[in-house]
Amino acid sequence: MFSDVLTALAAGFGKTLQIFFLTLAGAVPLGLVIAFGSMSRFKPLKYAVRGLIWIIRGTPLMLQLIVIFYGPALIFGFDPWGGANSGRLAATLFSFILNYACYFSEIYRGGIESISKGQYEAGQVLGMTRSQVFFRVVLLQVVKRIMAPMSNEIITLVKDTSLARVVAVSELLFKAEAFTKSQGLIWPLFFTGVFYLLFSGLLTVVFGKLEKKLSYFN
Amino acid sequence: MPILQVEHLSKRFDQHEVLRDISFSIEKGEVLAIIGSSGGGKTTMLRCLNFLETADDGTISVDGKVIFDGNVQNPQNFRSTDKSKMRSGKKAVRMSDEELRAARRHFGLVFQSFNLFPQYNVLQNVTLAPTLAKAGTPDEINARARALIDRVGLTEKLDFYPCQLSGGQQQRVAIARSLALSPDILCFDEPTSALDPELTGEVLRVIRDLRQENMTMVIVTHEMEFARAVADKVIFMADGIIEEMGSPDEIFTNPKSPKLRSFLGNF
Ligand SMILES: Nc1ncnc2c1ncn2[C@@H]1O[C@H](COP(=O)(O)OP(=O)(O)OP(=O)(O)O)[C@@H](O)[C@H]1O
Ligand SMILES: [Mg+2]
Repeated sequence: MFSDVLTALAAGFGKTLQIFFLTLAGAVPLGLVIAFGSMSRFKPLKYAVRGLIWIIRGTPLMLQLIVIFYGPALIFGFDPWGGANSGRLAATLFSFILNYACYFSEIYRGGIESISKGQYEAGQVLGMTRSQVFFRVVLLQVVKRIMAPMSNEIITLVKDTSLARVVAVSELLFKAEAFTKSQGLIWPLFFTGVFYLLFSGLLTVVFGKLEKKLSYFN
Repeated sequence: MPILQVEHLSKRFDQHEVLRDISFSIEKGEVLAIIGSSGGGKTTMLRCLNFLETADDGTISVDGKVIFDGNVQNPQNFRSTDKSKMRSGKKAVRMSDEELRAARRHFGLVFQSFNLFPQYNVLQNVTLAPTLAKAGTPDEINARARALIDRVGLTEKLDFYPCQLSGGQQQRVAIARSLALSPDILCFDEPTSALDPELTGEVLRVIRDLRQENMTMVIVTHEMEFARAVADKVIFMADGIIEEMGSPDEIFTNPKSPKLRSFLGNF
């Protein structure tokens, strides 16, 4: 019994980790693209991107997930996700990446805009290209400045992974809740709590290390 | 032939004329000091030379070659985002990024606020630009950077980060950094005005040394004694025009324009 539960929870935890890391892998770079879009000098693009960010940040992730999963089939009669588990996971990742990319983009934008004009100008007068100025001069300073807000968001993501259960992705909380419903067990839920705590604790330590690593300059 | 010749340079911000018909020239190895009261357009002038601003009119020539010409008509490159130009109805050139960087290479600029790259140490600050420009092998770039850092007297600080340096030391690194790509003309925008008085000396000394080595320089400064001592030619700017231009003696001993007289009276 105990080992059955643990095996199930371990599988759920695996799924949770999968959602977490794939979301990060997608949202961290996509956020940069969205941030550039939201700062574009081409006004229509800028306003379209800012509109998207407003919608994504202004509505619950759970609502976005449900609409993205059920919407295409109900509105267009076409289901890109399919009923299989892989489709559910894909819809989840799509929603999560979009949602987190928008949050990250605003953090990036704040970071990029906080870098003084003098840094760009110093790079320019030294003959650097725009991309050299961004990647070799500005980026690491931005990374340093966004470390704290990014670590907050990323720790929120750990817990948001549990939303995937609304489209029946068998992540950690989904697995534990199944035992509560079918067998009246509460302790598997406490176990999940411990998993989340350990995982977010680990991330806190990692981010603390990174911040320390970047503390050699200001 | 002058190393730098500026003719009829003008610059507007919206309707506000910040530079009007600025013309001057300097020979190789000469030092030009620019003085003038606040808001006179001194910084804007240096920024136009370094292409941080695009002048509206006039030409900039280096060594006889025109590197900027505000009058070139080039309709297909018309820059529709630049509202001041649209309003004036003139067709302006948009230099390509490549041309812009080639033109900038003639000039170096030392900022009032240093603008060192905080995440790089002294040596890296100096080697970054030449490395990105592939101006030599890594060994050559390194050796040259060390020599420049030695020239500004900071060899013991090679691996210090900007936040570990005093303002005067940071400005000296900034000078070494701007020399790393061997500009023809080095510009300074009030290089000492962000410094505590006791730190200005070390920076001015470096500039004096550069003069001994025949570096061509354009220096915007509020240090009148320094300007007088170091400059071959002085320009007094007021309200966007060159109010008076001449040798240090002419400017400081025999000022003609009333504006210059009253300006010098403040010191
Ligand atoms: N980006 C800008 N947009 C609009 N106006 C500007 C801009 N930059 C400068 N100006 C205006 O141009 C004028 C000249 O400014 P500039 O900074 O060149 O003067 P300055 O001679 O360097 O003064 P200071 O001695 O205070 O440094 C000022 O009136 C300033 O307000
Ligand atoms: Mg100025």
